[in-house]
Amino acid sequence: MLSRTADHLFWMSRYMERAENLARLLDVTYQMSLVPQSEEAANQSWSAIIALNSLEEAYAAQYSVVNGENVLKFMVSDAGNVSSIHSCLRMARENAHAVRGTLTTEMWETLNYTWLEARSRSFEQLLSAGISEYFEWVKMRSSLTRGTTLGTLLQDEAYHFIRLGTLLERADNTARILDFKYHVLRPQGDEGATDFYQWAALLRSVSAFEVYRKVYRDVITPDRVAELLILNKDMPRSLHFCLNGVIKNLDLIANRQSGETARQAGLLHAQLHYGRIGGILEHGLHEWLEDFMDRIYLLGNGISKDFLVPMDEAA
Amino acid sequence: MNFYNEMYDAQGGVRGHYKGYEDWLKATPPERIERKRAEADLAFHRVGITFAVYGEEAGKERLIPFDIIPRVIPSAEWKALQAGLRQRVKALNMFLWDVYHDQHILKAGVIPAEQVLNNAQYRPIMQGVDVPGRIYAHITGVDIVRAGEGEFYVLEDNLRVPSGVSYMLEDRKMMMRLFPELFAKHKVAPVQHYPDMLLEKLRAVSPKGVSNPTVVLLTPGAYNSAYFEHTFLAQQMGVELVEGRDLFVKDQVVYMRTTQGPQRVDVIYRRIDDDFLDPQVFRADSALGVPGLMQAYRAGNVTLANAVGTGVADDKSIYPYVPEMIRFYLDEEPTLNNVPTYMCRKPDDLKYVLDHLPELVVKEVHGAGGYGMLVGPASTAEQIEHFRQLLIAKPDGYIAQPTLALSNCPTFVEEGIAPRHLDLRPFVLSSGECVNMVPGGLTRVALTKGSLVVNSSQGGGTKDTWVLED
Repeated sequence: MLSRTADHLFWMSRYMERAENLARLLDVTYQMSLVPQSEEAANQSWSAIIALNSLEEAYAAQYSVVNGENVLKFMVSDAGNVSSIHSCLRMARENAHAVRGTLTTEMWETLNYTWLEARSRSFEQLLSAGISEYFEWVKMRSSLTRGTTLGTLLQDEAYHFIRLGTLLERADNTARILDFKYHVLRPQGDEGATDFYQWAALLRSVSAFEVYRKVYRDVITPDRVAELLILNKDMPRSLHFCLNGVIKNLDLIANRQSGETARQAGLLHAQLHYGRIGGILEHGLHEWLEDFMDRIYLLGNGISKDFLVPMDEAA
Repeated sequence: MNFYNEMYDAQGGVRGHYKGYEDWLKATPPERIERKRAEADLAFHRVGITFAVYGEEAGKERLIPFDIIPRVIPSAEWKALQAGLRQRVKALNMFLWDVYHDQHILKAGVIPAEQVLNNAQYRPIMQGVDVPGRIYAHITGVDIVRAGEGEFYVLEDNLRVPSGVSYMLEDRKMMMRLFPELFAKHKVAPVQHYPDMLLEKLRAVSPKGVSNPTVVLLTPGAYNSAYFEHTFLAQQMGVELVEGRDLFVKDQVVYMRTTQGPQRVDVIYRRIDDDFLDPQVFRADSALGVPGLMQAYRAGNVTLANAVGTGVADDKSIYPYVPEMIRFYLDEEPTLNNVPTYMCRKPDDLKYVLDHLPELVVKEVHGAGGYGMLVGPASTAEQIEHFRQLLIAKPDGYIAQPTLALSNCPTFVEEGIAPRHLDLRPFVLSSGECVNMVPGGLTRVALTKGSLVVNSSQGGGTKDTWVLED
């Protein structure tokens, strides 16, 4: 497969996954903002979303006040914000357009239609129709894209690069959300109802609320939430699950120069495969997650160098 | 002017080959037709069958309007056309081989040598290069119009990078999806095997000694107006769609960059003009091409389809000589008509043209896409005066032809169904001794009332083209 084609496929799936994760994050934050709380606490959650995506400067350039409506507008439909859902859907579609011949007709039509729809609605329209409905729609479109991929695409290299993009992006997103929420929630340690809702919201943002109940059959505690999102190998949005897929797909596309990237992925995977939540917490969850995100970033670079943007012309 | 109507004869009766369709049209409720037309629009949008128009906002994509009334060609008429196309394309390929080798036709004085050798489209770098199978134009799009019963004219031969075949295929797919019942009633010759036929041709012209060639399609990229077609054909043929930056040349061999390392490329179906192919030889500022490609090509290590330098045979200044080529190389009488052409570089012709501008069509010798032309009968005095000045200033830049009474065909337009002018572009595929084509081609229709310009860049639309089998 052409390196450039693989590059487009990889980023197409990353952007789609990013759009979905953003929708999830914004949705729970919005839902949470409806729970009675101080205005300060509410706005704290909204500014956290900006911080989570390292967009403080870009946001400050446009808005003076951090509040729900501004942040939603900025993160949902601001075409100038490269991290908005709008921009992610556009980038997913543009990458797909560049390699539409590699995609099945169903995949391309799904991605193209998603973008055409997204483009046709203004933020005001979204708000009046109910913003949660829009988040549901984004999640459904992402599911549909994944579904047509799984249901129609030949499982050759193209599929492996698409999976790699999805899983790397998802691992990064889950780690980011956990890091941030754990950070905010843990130190306060107040045992009130808000806390329960916050943890429940975090779980819902990764579709893990029911899963938690099923796995633990017990009350929600922060340590178990961390364990579920990091180490559970069967939960589709956990770090362990993502890394299982990463090493599997890397193995399937291996070439002459990808040995080191595969080794790094294997090392990271081993931590999840053999790790215990006690050890991770002892080490410091924040430090551990930061290290994890750094290594995911390096893995992305490695894949890019080995497969997507090869530098040499040696025949 | 009286125009030949494809569906109705002069007395208003339905022509035999349109009978079935007309019956169906009359029996089908207008609401259903309306619904189906909307459905087609939506489907074309979702599939993204679009093209970009130069001069409009960058990156903007437009739909080519699709009309649901097909252009129907009876079998006998198509057979005659097909024979004429075979003859013509064969002669054009022989002409190109000759021009780039011994130049018999120039020595014999059939075509003035300076017309060929001083032509900007003549590529000296191709002199003496032996292309596989002696084929230069592997894919030819011949634009044909009808003026009357059995009276067909070739408007131009497109031998460089003819486009539009994807619309031919998509139009058929759309018609079958919208109105399957029509195909049950008519014996419409299938066209969907075109990509297969094309792939077979491309594989047949691979460099010597290559038994299982790697074929790629070279595109200028996603912002090219025909990008949809490039992706479509690459996908249908199952070959890689590459851009210049995906390829590199080492030791006169072309490779593409893949996730498994460099892979050798044998045949390139290129959809990039000569000028942009290789910055080391042609335009140095081209970012679309591949440095060193011409070296690999001349060494015979890679085949380009179409070959470099075919423009010298489809240039409007060479067009008037095609009938002579057919007589010279094949010793046959041409069966397809050329439009009588006045070459303004000849003083007598120029004088005639200047005296008759309001009735003529004037075209730039190197123009294409319906840009830079004058349709006398449809122009204002001011426009005619403007062209008069252009002609006087640069007579060798123009040719002129009588305005043909292009046939028309009922077409859905805003005010209902009305006749609109159309042309036909069959796609002719050549390799070695074989010249093949799928029945029919792309029918383009001018949607503006009275307009004779069918190019999509000028607001033209398309129709499905049916060749009826006996």
